[in-house]
Order: sequence, then structure tokens, then C-alpha cells
Amino acid sequence: MSLAERLHPTTPTRRWVGLGAAALGWLALYEVNAPLWDWVVYDVFGLAPASRLGSGVHFFLEDSIKIAMLLVGVIFAVTVLRSFMSVERTRALLGGKREGAGNVMAAGLGVVTPFCSCSAVPAFIGFVAAGVPLGVTLSFLVASPLVNEVAIGLLFGLFGIGPTLLYVGAGLVIAIVAGFVLGRLRLERWVEPFVFETRLGGQVIDPAAGLSWEDRIQMGVEEVGLILRKIWPYLLVGIALGAAIHGWAPQDFFTRYAGAGNPFAVLIAVLIGIPLYSNAAGIMPLVQALHDKGLPMGTLLAFMMAVVALSLPELILLRRVLKPPLIATFVAITGAGIIAVGYLFNAVLA
Amino acid sequence: MIIKILGSGCANCVNLERVTRKAVADLGINAEIEKVTDYGAIAAYGIMSTPGLVVDEEVVLAGRVPTAAKVRELLESLTC
Repeated sequence: MSLAERLHPTTPTRRWVGLGAAALGWLALYEVNAPLWDWVVYDVFGLAPASRLGSGVHFFLEDSIKIAMLLVGVIFAVTVLRSFMSVERTRALLGGKREGAGNVMAAGLGVVTPFCSCSAVPAFIGFVAAGVPLGVTLSFLVASPLVNEVAIGLLFGLFGIGPTLLYVGAGLVIAIVAGFVLGRLRLERWVEPFVFETRLGGQVIDPAAGLSWEDRIQMGVEEVGLILRKIWPYLLVGIALGAAIHGWAPQDFFTRYAGAGNPFAVLIAVLIGIPLYSNAAGIMPLVQALHDKGLPMGTLLAFMMAVVALSLPELILLRRVLKPPLIATFVAITGAGIIAVGYLFNAVLA
Repeated sequence: MIIKILGSGCANCVNLERVTRKAVADLGINAEIEKVTDYGAIAAYGIMSTPGLVVDEEVVLAGRVPTAAKVRELLESLTC
């Protein structure tokens, strides 16, 4: 019997009581996590908190559990909330919107619409063939991976509300501006012609229609399993690297090369981040460890955004509908936006 | 009955094909299962989130992988 079936409640009351109990259990576990590893690593095994091994091992254990728990909670909540939205509803909302207001709406909807990068191509065709302007469509396609629910949850859990709001705000601005600029450049000639020739037939099926609470909760549970199965290797590598940096890298190693004193730090971080293929969950432990070592938040956010927003596999998918010059322009403008945001944050937060 | 699985070969599409084959086998119906991977053809059915399930040229499901029981239910309602 699967987890989802065992959790299957028989009555609505039981369902809400069960959800409430799960939430309370989650909170309690989350609270004991740090003290538990203090006790195990420092008291039971007698490692010194200041030693390399002690702090590295503690970081690895505490972070693995903490990040796994944050992921479970965030993915579940986000999936249930997002089950009320769908790409089809988003397209209906964007239909007939002009550039400008359309870009703003598309970026916002990109954050809340459930979207898998494997659907990027059919969604692109569906938007453009239905008459949504190219720039507005691109705002959606930038915002969707850039402002990522997993990143929001982890940033909030590890750094608090301030950096989280900065990240969301910056991501939205980049998506709006990049889409607007790309739209103004009139690049329709670099879209594969078959996109405009596609006749949308058939009946539109809205995946968000006719779902019961039961369905939504089950979707949440399934999504948690699905995503964790997909990202756990990235997560473990990220946490291990983070732990190694935490315990072993000399205190001034990173600040000397990539600290506030180096004017090229953001640029280099973004250029390294674009080809690097990972995801928010794998990057965040690294970001946390580097932040502890004194790297400025703007540089780190820019690095993370470059990794999650621009990924080679997604660009290869988009090649099916966009010609290389448009893909290059898309990467250049989004990358430039991320770099600008990194420098801005470093200047504002310093 | 002709059943088409729309999707470019991502994990979800493979899962949808698996549950559909299981549902067809469980029901013991005579159905031909085809895969549609061409993006233009997928978009022409009007779906924007893969995977999609098409039965006799009518889209019955899009955007998520249902359970085999759900597919069986769908196919049953369409056969009679």
C-alpha cells in the first residue's frame, strides 16, 4: 500500500485533523533538529564545535534534515495551492493582454502556475498560437523557473523573510523587463514558423477543473515523493560541498577572491552559474555555507538565479521552437538582468 | 479504440503510457496505443501541459498522470 493510500482519510473531519496533526508533528521535529545534533555531535561523540570535523559533520547532519523537512513542507503546500491554477487558466487570463501590463501579469502568473519545464514547448506554442504576444510569453517562461517555489521555501527557512522577498521581487522584475525588452526587439522572425502555423484544435481540457480536496492533497503527497526522488543526489552533493566549505575552507579564502572587494565577483558568479546544471535544492546548502564564510548576499542570489533560471536542458528543449539567435538573446538579456540585480543588492545591502 | 499518449518522452509521459497499458489490459478491451511526440501535433490537440491522453481523437486528460484506476474508469465510461 502506498503512502498516499494509507493517508487516505475516510471523512472530511478526519482529513483536516490528519493534516493538522501532520503540520504540528512537522513543526515539532523542525524545532528539535538543531538541539538534537548539538547533543549527538558535541556531547555523545565529543567533537568540539570549533573543530573542522565537528562543525563540518554538524552542518551536514543538521542541514540534511532541515532542508529535507523544508522541502517536504514547501512542496506539499505549494502543490496543493497551485492545484487551483493551470497553464490553461493562465493563457485565458493573458489572452488579449498587451505588452507592459501583460508582462507584469505573465511574470506573476509564472510564479503561481504549476509548470514543469518538460511542458515548456507545448506551452510556448499554445500561448503564441493563441495570440499571446511573444514578449509576454517569454516573461512567463523566465519567471516560471527563476522564481522557484523550492528556492523560496529554502531561502525563507535558512535566511529569513528579508532575502526571500528580495529574491522574489528581483526575479519578477527580471522576468518583466526581459520579456518586455525581448518583445520590443520584434524577434518573431526567429521563432520557428510552424509555431504560428499551428491551428489549435480540440477542446481545451483544464487540469485544474473538477478536483476534490482529496485529489489536491493526494497530488501534494505524490509531488513531494516525485521531487525528492528527482533531486536527492543534487541535494546530498550540495550539502556535502557545503559541509566541506563550512569545516575546511579557510575563513578568508572566498572573501579574498569573491568578496565585496572584487568588482567582478557577481559577473563571474553568474558566468559560472549559467552552464552549471543543478536545482534550487542542490544550490542552497552551498549558498548557505558561502554566506557563512562572508560572501555578500547579492553575489550569492545572482549565482543561484543563474543556476536555476538558465539551464542547458531547457534551452535545448526551447531550440525546437526558437532559433539560435533568439535563444542567445534570451540568455544574454536574462543573464544581464541577474547580474544587475546582484550588483544592486550588494550595493544596497552593504 | 485508438488511444494516443501525447508527450515528448519525459518521465510523466512514460508513466502515463504505463498506467494506460495497465488499464487497457485490466479491462481486456481491444485498443491500439500510439505515442505522439511531435510538438506541432501535440499543440494541435489544444493541450499545453503534457502528458495528454487522447481517446478516438478526443482529449480526455492533460497535465497530470492519473492512477491506473482513474484511466480504467475513463475508458469504461467511453466504451459503453
